[in-house]
Amino acid sequence: MDTFLDALSAAFALIFAGDADLLQILSLSLQVSLSAVAIAVLIGMPLGGLIAIRRFPGRQVLIVVFNALMGLPPVVVGLGVYLLLSRSGPFGVFGLLYTPTAMIIAQVILVVPIIVSLTRQTLDALWREYSETLNSLAASPAQSLVAVLWDARFSLITAVLAGLGRAIAEVGAVMIVGGNIDSVTRVMTTAIALEASKGELALALGLGIILLLVSVCLNLFGHGMTRLVTNEATQ
Amino acid sequence: MRVKTCLAASSKVYMKRLIPGPLGLVFLTMLSLGFPSPSSWSEEKPFITLASTTSTQNSGLFRHILPRFTEASGIEVRVVAVGTGAAIKNARNGDADVLLVHHKASEQKFVADGFGRKRHPLMFNDFIIVGPDEDPAGIGGGTNAPQALRAIARAKALFVSRGDASGTHKRELELWTIAGTDPSAASGAWYRETGSGMGAALNIAAGIGAHTLVDRGTWLSFNNRQDLAILVEGDPRLRNEYGVILVSEDKHPHVKTKEGGAFVDWLLSNAGRAAINDFKISGQRLFTAME
Repeated sequence: MDTFLDALSAAFALIFAGDADLLQILSLSLQVSLSAVAIAVLIGMPLGGLIAIRRFPGRQVLIVVFNALMGLPPVVVGLGVYLLLSRSGPFGVFGLLYTPTAMIIAQVILVVPIIVSLTRQTLDALWREYSETLNSLAASPAQSLVAVLWDARFSLITAVLAGLGRAIAEVGAVMIVGGNIDSVTRVMTTAIALEASKGELALALGLGIILLLVSVCLNLFGHGMTRLVTNEATQ
Repeated sequence: MRVKTCLAASSKVYMKRLIPGPLGLVFLTMLSLGFPSPSSWSEEKPFITLASTTSTQNSGLFRHILPRFTEASGIEVRVVAVGTGAAIKNARNGDADVLLVHHKASEQKFVADGFGRKRHPLMFNDFIIVGPDEDPAGIGGGTNAPQALRAIARAKALFVSRGDASGTHKRELELWTIAGTDPSAASGAWYRETGSGMGAALNIAAGIGAHTLVDRGTWLSFNNRQDLAILVEGDPRLRNEYGVILVSEDKHPHVKTKEGGAFVDWLLSNAGRAAINDFKISGQRLFTAME
């Protein structure tokens, strides 16, 4: 129990002191994970939407594959991205290993399947309702895609938040491709792993509490925005 | 009909509400963070990548010495701390400019294979065998490491092995060989291979009341010892020597030979040696620079 109390006091001490290291690590965590989610949304939502509204051979296989990829182990993704970005790998010349960019690439790979699968599932239902109307209006696939994505935009916030949860909480991939370098690629989860390995359990848990608080804030923001806009829409 | 009005209304809503919905959430947060922030993304300062071990990082040595080098040279040192085996692998792949690890035979092979010009002996401390203070194997106060390992095996007392091809793990295996005992048959029984860094292995040993081999630097700075105590120390076979190697530009032309060389030279200079020697935790020196 002592460790839990120490962890709480460590967390509050760090927050109220506005610890410079903490702010830097936290802001890098948010930059990496939010960028990864933004890119994954740009890739995953159109892709998930197309899978929902189009019928093509291999569609069921694709759905199963994306669903399965939601369970990709971060450490495997980290290893794969490491081998690609290593100086001995095919993209080594860009010198991206051990940079935040490498961490974003790894997290995009982790988040895209979640966005694709959840978007596809959300739009499946909507498409059953809309397909006849849109077809009778002779809407092009692109127009149909925009229309269903637009109408589902509030439900899709859940997909974004699920992706963000995956990105901000994972440690396996960013540890390998980022290297947990102080002030360069150290994020909340790798800092927690480091402090735990130094036996600073209270501090590690304190950092965990702070990460959880940030996650709650992001989710409140997403939730609040959904409520705000849907309330306006129904008035 | 709903869809049609929706399509028509889209553009208006778009203007009015600054892209609400999922994209809005992402864009707003990115804007508020000022993405991409120049300070942490651009590379104003020259830097080198140092592949090193968890034992040196966990001890806090780098936090103590690197700012001094950066102040003197203007070169930032980015440390990637993994086990010695993984650090050497990273350097072989060309993903580091300088290698600082602690397994002499592997370091010499690295140089012999042409990946480094020269191995410089840098500093040393020693390994110790720690275990539960009630001392189930009766090895407390001993100075003979292989004998202690034999006693641990005989008593079937718990032993945590790093199991990660790190320098500490390789040394542990060498000590088992000298002891004439093969613990691998007992893997999962009293011999627990964890495949983790030094600190994580110590956490496990503390958690289950097991013995383990640890470098003194990590031990002194480790903060979760619980019932663990030093049982065996002072065996000359427990000497722990670190070497530093500049990765060769023959194999990897992109290696920052100038900056990396400056770092190696500084470490071996009087200023570098003094920085290593005056790193202390509660009055105890953790590493001694070599003459």
